[in-house]
Amino acid sequence: MARYFTEDHEWIDIEGDHATIGITDYAQEQLGDIVFVEVPESGSVLEKGADAAVVESVKAASDVYAPVSGEILEGNDALADEPALVNTSPEEDGWFFRMSLSDSSELEGLMDAKAYKAFVDSL
Amino acid sequence: MNMNSEGRPTRPEPADAVAESWTGNKALMLEEALIFEIGTTASTGVDVETPPAVRSRLGGLDRNREIGLAGLSEPQAVRHYTRLSRQNYAIDLGLFPLGSCTMKHNPRLNEKVARMPGFADIHPLQPVDTVGGAFELIHTLGEWLCKLTGMPAVAMSPKAGAHGELCGVLAIRSALEARGDAREVILVPESAHGTNPATAAFAGYKVEDIPATPEGRVDLAALEARLGPDVAGVMITNPNTCGLFEPDMKRISDAVHAAGGLVYCDGANFNAIVGRVRPGDLGIDAMHINLHKTFSTPHGGGGPGSGPVVFSEALAPFAPLPFVEKQGDHYILIEEETAEDHHASSFGRMVAFHGQMGMFTRALAYMMSHGADGLKQVAEDAVLNANYILRSLDDVLEAPFGKGGPCMHEALFSDKGFAEGFTTLDLAKALIDEGYHPMTMYFPLVVHGAMLIEPTETESKETLDQFIGALRSIVARAKAGDPSMHQAPFHAPRRRLDETAAARKPVLVWKEPEQAEAAE
Repeated sequence: MARYFTEDHEWIDIEGDHATIGITDYAQEQLGDIVFVEVPESGSVLEKGADAAVVESVKAASDVYAPVSGEILEGNDALADEPALVNTSPEEDGWFFRMSLSDSSELEGLMDAKAYKAFVDSL
Repeated sequence: MNMNSEGRPTRPEPADAVAESWTGNKALMLEEALIFEIGTTASTGVDVETPPAVRSRLGGLDRNREIGLAGLSEPQAVRHYTRLSRQNYAIDLGLFPLGSCTMKHNPRLNEKVARMPGFADIHPLQPVDTVGGAFELIHTLGEWLCKLTGMPAVAMSPKAGAHGELCGVLAIRSALEARGDAREVILVPESAHGTNPATAAFAGYKVEDIPATPEGRVDLAALEARLGPDVAGVMITNPNTCGLFEPDMKRISDAVHAAGGLVYCDGANFNAIVGRVRPGDLGIDAMHINLHKTFSTPHGGGGPGSGPVVFSEALAPFAPLPFVEKQGDHYILIEEETAEDHHASSFGRMVAFHGQMGMFTRALAYMMSHGADGLKQVAEDAVLNANYILRSLDDVLEAPFGKGGPCMHEALFSDKGFAEGFTTLDLAKALIDEGYHPMTMYFPLVVHGAMLIEPTETESKETLDQFIGALRSIVARAKAGDPSMHQAPFHAPRRRLDETAAARKPVLVWKEPEQAEAAE
């Protein structure tokens, strides 16, 4: 399983042609206490960069973008009742949605863990 | 012995050595139960005769149980609300530094005028010829607003800032539709108020961001590059939410007009320029004015706002109904029935009646008591006070846009330099312990851990110096990493609240204990 990162602070786990997407520990730290998450509906087809989810904290509401193009397979329903999962377990239980991967070449522009860490340190 | 900032002794021992009181009260800081928990349904505060039985005509809608209100005596009820009011913070208690909110003093003269029976005791459905004085007041206030903004027309009815924005954008939409020009996009710079993109979206437009420059102003090149036949207009906040004047405003307006669009200006920050700059001279087509900010009518406690909108010649014909017009020496109301002659292109009506009459009365009292020279000084003193705060703190707090010169009505700082793990939220909570309402936090979004402070012209140098002293002391603790700050506030009626639970699971309705137990 390979994990990639975007400059918008999303992580993407790739298993075959499926991707699981969430926001990074750095992102949840910046957002503060998360009070609401809206995940996309299964079946919606998104282009890379399209608005996929909404995350709202006590500080701000932010969009989460689809880091790759594909079809939404499933949203994390647990976040509706317990949005704080994103704070406590951002890179595991607090995942946002799973999607199919229509063009695996889109992964090439993404960062690996080391590159993302360097990116965060530069902020 | 602890001393306050004036060197007078405060409490003799550290707070943690003091036993909790049996009542939960801390001397004059009183705990207060909910009103449903005081008294019982068996008691009553008034002595009225039981009404004779009546035949119900409500059919199945009859009440089938007791109403369940506790019966309180008058002193119990008065004490309940007075005690609660003492847990509140108000402009009459101290400096209210909320940026972008213009929390200024509400002069008592305004209140006196607003309570005059000829203004306070009239009804919106009263015959028009019995309320000539009220119409004259609305019309006179409108004339002041047109004069101060350099604009030819005004709609008085919008009820608050965001309602005014909607009024302006609907007028833009009507003007474009009237010339058969369907455009889809409204551009909103990053330095605009958060309500601006919401308004544009609510009015049916697609919203596109225009980035800010590193100096915190609109990126003119990016704006000009985006203009085109699909752009209906821009919504700009000037002075913007970084507390800065947009010096390119006229060029922005000219570029938008050349591309066939219209310019909306968010006038929430008008306090910084009132009497000094006329928005009409900057090419603006519509702008709302928050009477409850610039013109001192009370707000912040859920009280009514009032957001009249001034219009350019291009948009004036589309202004909403109703409005007051002067004919000879009397005033008439232009409504749907009377608009046909000369206001047929109005986009319609936003409210049932005329707007916030009580706010109109207060705002006009404020204007007339200040006069033209006084209003100009309002802007000058508001800007002076904000710059005093900026320069008294920029050696200990980073002011991201402070190096480019003076700010306007508000000073903006970031959380840079705080010890690891210390946030703007910790600082704000510690400020509560110092007896202040915190400043605006985490807004604007372009600044990390933003703290936005607007003192307004209300505050004296002595008040500002004390606030600055308190803030410097807390900033020093945040930089040194004083761990107690994570637990602040210590002295407020409640300690740090669980904001996630408050947002996710708010308890909005009181339930009787047995009901609440059954629900769990």
